[in-house]
Order: sequence, then C-alpha cells, then structure tokens
Amino acid sequence: MNAPASPPSPYSAATPNSKIESHTLSVLVDNEPGVLARVVGLFSGRGYNIESLTVAEVAHAEHRSRITIVTSGAPETIEQIHHQLERIVPVRQVTDLTLTRRSLERELAMVKVRGRGDNRNDALQLAEAFRARVVDATTESFIFELTGKPEKIDEFVDLMRPIGLVEVSRTGVAAISRGPDPI
Amino acid sequence: MSKEMTGAEMVVEALKDQGVDILFGYPGGAVLPIYDVLFHQEKVQHILVRHEQGAAHAAEGYARSSGKVGVLLVTSGPGATNTITGLTDALMDSIPLVCITGQVPTHLIGSDAFQECDTVGITRHCTKHNYLVKNVADLPRILHEAFYVASSGRPGPVVIDIPKDVQFARGIYTPPRGAQHKTYQPRLDADMDSIREAVKMMAAAKRPIFYTGGGVINSGPSASTLLRELVSLTGFPITSTLMGLGAYPGSGQNWLGMLGMHGTWEANHAMHDCDLMIAVGARFDDRITGRLDAFSPGSKKIHIDIDRSSINKNVKVDLAIVADCAHVLEALVRTWRAEAMHADKQPLDHWWAQIDEWRARKSLAFRNSGTTIKPQYAVQRLYALTRDKDVYVTTEVGQHQMWAAQHFHFDEPNRWMTSGGLGTMGYGLPAAIGTQLAHPSALVIDIAGEASILMNIQEMSTAIQYRLPVKIFILNNEYMGMVRQWQELLHGGRYSHSYSEALPDFVKLAEAFGGKGIRCSDPKLLDAAIEEMLDYDGPVIFDCLVEKSENCFPMIPSGKAHNDMLLADLSDDAGVDIGAVIDEKGKMLV
Repeated sequence: MNAPASPPSPYSAATPNSKIESHTLSVLVDNEPGVLARVVGLFSGRGYNIESLTVAEVAHAEHRSRITIVTSGAPETIEQIHHQLERIVPVRQVTDLTLTRRSLERELAMVKVRGRGDNRNDALQLAEAFRARVVDATTESFIFELTGKPEKIDEFVDLMRPIGLVEVSRTGVAAISRGPDPI
Repeated sequence: MSKEMTGAEMVVEALKDQGVDILFGYPGGAVLPIYDVLFHQEKVQHILVRHEQGAAHAAEGYARSSGKVGVLLVTSGPGATNTITGLTDALMDSIPLVCITGQVPTHLIGSDAFQECDTVGITRHCTKHNYLVKNVADLPRILHEAFYVASSGRPGPVVIDIPKDVQFARGIYTPPRGAQHKTYQPRLDADMDSIREAVKMMAAAKRPIFYTGGGVINSGPSASTLLRELVSLTGFPITSTLMGLGAYPGSGQNWLGMLGMHGTWEANHAMHDCDLMIAVGARFDDRITGRLDAFSPGSKKIHIDIDRSSINKNVKVDLAIVADCAHVLEALVRTWRAEAMHADKQPLDHWWAQIDEWRARKSLAFRNSGTTIKPQYAVQRLYALTRDKDVYVTTEVGQHQMWAAQHFHFDEPNRWMTSGGLGTMGYGLPAAIGTQLAHPSALVIDIAGEASILMNIQEMSTAIQYRLPVKIFILNNEYMGMVRQWQELLHGGRYSHSYSEALPDFVKLAEAFGGKGIRCSDPKLLDAAIEEMLDYDGPVIFDCLVEKSENCFPMIPSGKAHNDMLLADLSDDAGVDIGAVIDEKGKMLV
C-alpha cells in the first residue's frame, strides 16, 4: 500500500529553490565541560546538518579548543548557523572558512585492505600514487594512513573497494586559514 | 571582602552582593545547606512557592516588572525539572533569571542517586548558559558571572547546579568586581555609519512605521523615553508586539495598537503597505509576520537588535544595527537633531490620512450585550476603573490574553507581564506574585482564563502566606477559549476536549485558600463587583462569567498575509464559513 505523500512543510515553503552549499566553520571555544554538547545540541535542536565535526584543544594555557564543523544548507541557513553559534556564551569566535576562500582543509584516514597476490600489488601501487603510508601490514592485509582533502580520501577508498576494503576510520576535516595571520 | 566560608554561605553572600532582595524557592534535600544559611539572615527574603514552576514564573514577573534579575532556588531532581517550563519561557521572552539548583554530591553524580537528574544536560537547551560547579573554588566566580550573563546582551535564564558537597566545602569568597566574563562581552553601541544611514532612510521615507518589541522594555526605561522622543521628532506611526506594549504609551497620538495575529486593522495594514519599517527590539516572530512571502512586500527594513542571530532569521532586512536599543535610539535622536532632519511632510500626511481610514474600521469593536458580559467589555471596564491606580497586569495564555492586550492600555513600560514566546498557560498568577513583591503597594491584576488559572492555582497559598493582594480576574467562558476558537474555525466546530468540564466553584476556592471570591455574570453589576475587588485588601479571585462563544478578532488566519484579516463583523454574517478562508497550508501552521 502506498503511504500518502506528505505535504511539503509550510515553513520551508518560504525559502524555495535555495541552493544547498557545504561550508566549513571554524569555531574557537573556551575548553570547558559541556561546550561540545552545546555546539552539537544547537545543530540538533535547530535542525541543522553536520557533515563532519572535529574538536581538540589548541591552546592549553588559555583553555582554548577549536571545533571545525562542515555543515550544509542554504546560504541563509549557513548565516543563521554562524550567528547562532556566536550566541553560545563560551564560543569566542566563529569563522566561515568557505566564505574567506583562503583556507586549507585536511582530513586523515586509516584504511584497512585485505587481499593476496595481484590485489596486494595494486593496493601498494595505488597507495604510492596517493602518498598513503603503510602503518600496519600482515601477509594478507595493509593499513594505509592517508592525509588530504576529503574528496581525495573518498577517491582512495573507492579504489580500494574492489581490491578488498575492510574498514575505514576518518578524523573529519580540520581546517586553517592560509597566510601569516590567524583566522 | 574576600573571606573563607562554605559554599552555601557563598551563595547567600553573592545574592546579597548582587543586590538580591527577593528569592523564590522550595527547599529539598540537595539545597538544605543553603536553606540553613538563609535561616540565619534577613537581608534576602525567601518566598516559599508551592511548585517550582511557580518560582520560575514568579521570578520572571519580578524581573520583568522591575528590570532586575529574578532569582530562584530549588532542589535537585524534580525541583530542577519542575522549573523547565519557566526557564524555557524566560529564554523565549529574554527575561534575566538566575536559577540555583541543588545537586547530589559529586561522588554520586552519574549513579542514578535519589533525586538525581542531569540538570545541566536537561537545561542546556532552555537556558542562555548553565554551570555545574564541581569545585568550591569556582563558585564565587560562577555566581557573579551568572548574574552578568543573565542580564547582559540579550537577557535570559542561567542555571547554576551546585552539588551538596560543594555547598558544605569551604573556600575563599570574593565579591563581584569589574568585567564579569572573560570572553562574553556583547557590544552595546552601534557604529555611526549605520546610524547615519538609518536617519537618511527615515528622512526619505514616505510611508514609515516603527515596529517595536520586548527588546525596548529589556533595554531599560531610558529606551522607552528615547523611543517616545524619536516618534515625536519624526511624527511616524508606531505599532508594537505583544511583548513591547507600554514602551510607547497606549494613549499616545501615533499609536496604532498591537500588530500581528490579533493586532489591529490599522497596525497590520500599515505594516503591509509601509515603505520603511524600523524594527526595534523585535524579532519577526511568526505571530507577527503571518505569511512570510507576503510580509510587507514593498518596504525597506531597518532592524535594530542586540542579538545578531535575530537579523535575517525570518525576514531579510536592508540595514541591520546590532546593538542595544537604548544606545541606538539615543544615537538616532541625537543624529536626527544634529543634522536637522525632518520627515517628508506631504507624503507623511498622506500616509496618516490612509491610516485614519484604516482606523475608522474600528477593528476592535464588538457587539456588546445588555444581558451577558462580553469578555472585551469586562477588560474595558477593568481598565476604566483602574485608570487612576498604579496598576500592573499579568496574564495567562489564550483569548483572555489577547483581549487584555487589545483593550487594556499601558502608558509605561514594565507594566505588562505576559508569556509571549512560549505561550505558557499558568504563567499569570505566579508572575503576579513576583510583580507584587517588586511593587508592594501597586495594584497587580492577573487577567486569566478559567482553564489557565488552574495550571498554577496552588500559588494562591503563596499569595495568602505573604499577604500579597493580587487580583485574579478570570474571564470564565468554560472553554479553553482559543482552542475552541481554532476548532470552530479550522476543525468544523468539533470541540474536542476543549470544554472546561467539572470546574471548581472559584468563589469557594478563593475562600478555601483564605482569600476572597467574587462572582459576576450581569453586565449591569460588573462595575460594582470590580470596585468590590479593588477595595478588598488581599488576594481575590474574581469569577467573571462571560459570553461562552465569543471569538477573538481581528485575526490573521494562519498562513495569511497582514492585509488578509478577519474582522468580527465578518464572522457574524450568517453563512460565511471562516474555515474556508484558511487554506490547507494554513491549517498545518500553529
């Protein structure tokens, strides 16, 4: 039986045809308990998307952490996310790195591949082409470590699939602005 | 002065240093050390509520009517969870609260101990900020920081969760001083370029309107004074949201009445047809805008708000000024004067002539009756008979709230306490208690509905205990009136569970609590009954039996534009199906 088509939300109807964009936000926060929950809770509470999120302390003495969030939405939604993040009391600074157009984005992945014979050689050759390092090996498997833009990692993982991809662990995107100045 | 004391003593010391004179609370196991300290002092008066939700709303009423931070103290677990509605209400309406909750001792946190709950986890989404204090050394800073965060920028509720062992632990107390948060420092001043740009746009406007909100009230009395000055300098018309009533006098010449879903014909039409909208401390809420893509289509919009995230959230604006209302209004008045600006006289006269035509529709008119009390008439009489008094009004939520907003007029800010954003039934009585405590000699009236009042009726005991002469004026139509109205308009008159079955006898109820009960159902006897209520020195429940099927108009049906309003006279025409006016999309909206 066909379920009745759900009518479009009357709320979203107000902003039709907005192009969905992916943006990387760099969020400097006071490193205090619950700050990550505040940021994540904002996204779930207001229905925003998180494509990836990384967090780590970046200045120990000043108790400062950087959260890098890749999110997607219409440009006006991204603008809202930016300013909603700024409302969080322990958030010090929010920068939309995608808007600055001058940022480096990197992700680290560890990729486990299993196989023998030709597959093994193919895997090693491809790894070399992608500048992936072997960090663990057995007679029937490799673990590659690979750093790069998320698309590069996607590509590498896709190539490993027919060869014998077992599993992947990725860090999510870390990003920083180019040039001598801080964000 | 810094000195050694227990965590519990620090709490009370910080309250004193922050100038807190009234504390709403309810004791329990996890806050006993603090209650023990309260026992030994008289500077902070503790008001025992009958339910923690009441404490939160009472603190809101206190804060909203006085401009100070409202403070409450509750125990862990259910004490904390019972405040959630009040905290959320304060978050939505930007009311500064500090809520101190007890917590189980730190070594028991996470063990599902008796009356344990994850208070900071639960309240994270309904507070501006919250703290779990794990070390007594952090407590003084956090206590002072909480007051700073609650009251600065866009105000809001702050929770401080203090485990019982931290209350017993000893540490060094330091008094508040200087800047109160290392990084949170909201900007108050606007940059002069945008002020000049705004003044230029205002001078060039042909059909301007001020649209003001609760932010003007939150910004302090000077914001209202400056707003009045700017309105009189420019001669522009002004309307306000529910939360902003009183910032500009309801008796003022340029006043168009409230706007929005139950706003006046002239306010909504002027919003729709204006060429310049100056939004001051208002947030383009869905109750204000109606259908977004038809909202004021031909206007340029200036938006003044201290919260950057309010800008372009619902409505795109042409000029955003992120700063405190009072600072911006002062700069606008100063610049308008200094540059000898004047409004474009001829088009403005024309605009006023158009507005007068809209006013002539008398959209708040209703068909009065000689035999039953019309709710609008009851509010009008209440207003007329209290005009010479120092009066503060709170409300519950529903039809009575809208009738109060339409027919009770406020000439000063901080006189009108209502739950706007969250729409919390049960807000009015505790808020009246808080208001009365902030203004002991004033007349405080809770305009209520018979359904709403039952949600926090237990606070009558609080009013009795502290001899707070609040007047509860119930417009009793034996229905959850607004629900009934929507069911009539949208659901074919199927009044599903909206009839207030098995109501108590409100007169006897008042007497049972130790107050006075008055009932009136005859419009001819209404004035005398209201006088009797006003003359009584103590809490009164006034059971005003009103017309049961009265609907609240004007009304912008859900999903409709400002110029698509329903008026009372239309609804009285036999054969007009109002349900048909609202389309399928509109029915999905709330």
